[in-house]
Amino acid sequence: MGRRAGAPEVNAGSMADIAFLLLIFFLVTTTIETDAGLDRMLPPIEPPEDEVVIKQKNIFQVNINKNGQLLADDELIDLRQLRAKAMEFLDNNGDGSCTYCKGKKNADSSDNPDKAIISLKNDRETKYSIYITVQNELVGAYNDLRDRESQRLFNRDFTDMQAEFLNPETDKDLKEKLKEKVQRIQKLFPQKLSEAETSSN
Amino acid sequence: MSKFSKKKDGELPAVSTASLPDIVFMLLFFFMTVTVMKDSSLKVQNSLPNASEIKKLEKKDRIIYIYVGRPTPEYEKTFGTEPRIQLNDKFAIPSEVGDYILMERAKKSQDLQNVLTTALKVDKDANMGLISDIKLELRKVNALKINYTTVNGDAFSNLK
Repeated sequence: MGRRAGAPEVNAGSMADIAFLLLIFFLVTTTIETDAGLDRMLPPIEPPEDEVVIKQKNIFQVNINKNGQLLADDELIDLRQLRAKAMEFLDNNGDGSCTYCKGKKNADSSDNPDKAIISLKNDRETKYSIYITVQNELVGAYNDLRDRESQRLFNRDFTDMQAEFLNPETDKDLKEKLKEKVQRIQKLFPQKLSEAETSSN
Repeated sequence: MSKFSKKKDGELPAVSTASLPDIVFMLLFFFMTVTVMKDSSLKVQNSLPNASEIKKLEKKDRIIYIYVGRPTPEYEKTFGTEPRIQLNDKFAIPSEVGDYILMERAKKSQDLQNVLTTALKVDKDANMGLISDIKLELRKVNALKINYTTVNGDAFSNLK
């Protein structure tokens, strides 16, 4: 008898090993891009032509020194209290014009969320991680208040709604609807977070 | 003996491996499409801080990256241990940031030039002084939309 037709078959027992080897290789060498973060707008370099006078009580001054200590409205506080403090300030409703606020109506704090400005100042020596934590807490204060209003009006978290709105895979009709809602909530608590220039001493 | 009992007992038929290259290529293509090639290698240490109130950065073509951090050990000798800025593939000083942004902006298509975001990938241990210098440069070239790139996590873990 002659040779069998065709080449002899190769043992495929190691096929899975090879596949796993490749898989592990790629898993180890590639990194998942961490493309998420805190969005901020910088103030334009030219100062606005008409200087608006802002009442001192409408500014919530946050200072971070080089040791990472926090001064909020001339009061030394812990970082963990910052969110509650900022929320109290934003939600204060001093002049009673804000119908959805639940604040204390303290006359010495902000008039209404539209006028309330948080001003963040830091030292040149401040560590970036501390700065981010403070930024995170201040954005968090806005988000918490917006979530509250969003829950009341639309039964849904604002952050959740915004994430869906920003997601490019959301379809157009839904996006239009969400846009309206997102803008409405943003108007209730406009994010006025000013980043003053760094002090050098 | 009959025709049908030619095979020895206990010998398994070999599995065809003709599809092995197909599977390997399939995996290869999968990873080639899913993962992103790094356009520049990092010359600075870059462990990002944690934050919880984050927004995702969609659309990679609208982002300009700026890295800040301490030079990695192999560059420590020439560039020291102070945090530095990395633009594309080289170290830079704050005054070069403006030109870099303008150059990157010119590379993008016309309709994207107004919606660009600058992503600041800054190491946890950097000082705010350098960041302030960068922010000032960005304001000079009117690149006002920035994003502090962070890792999703508990913000208070930064304090340790």
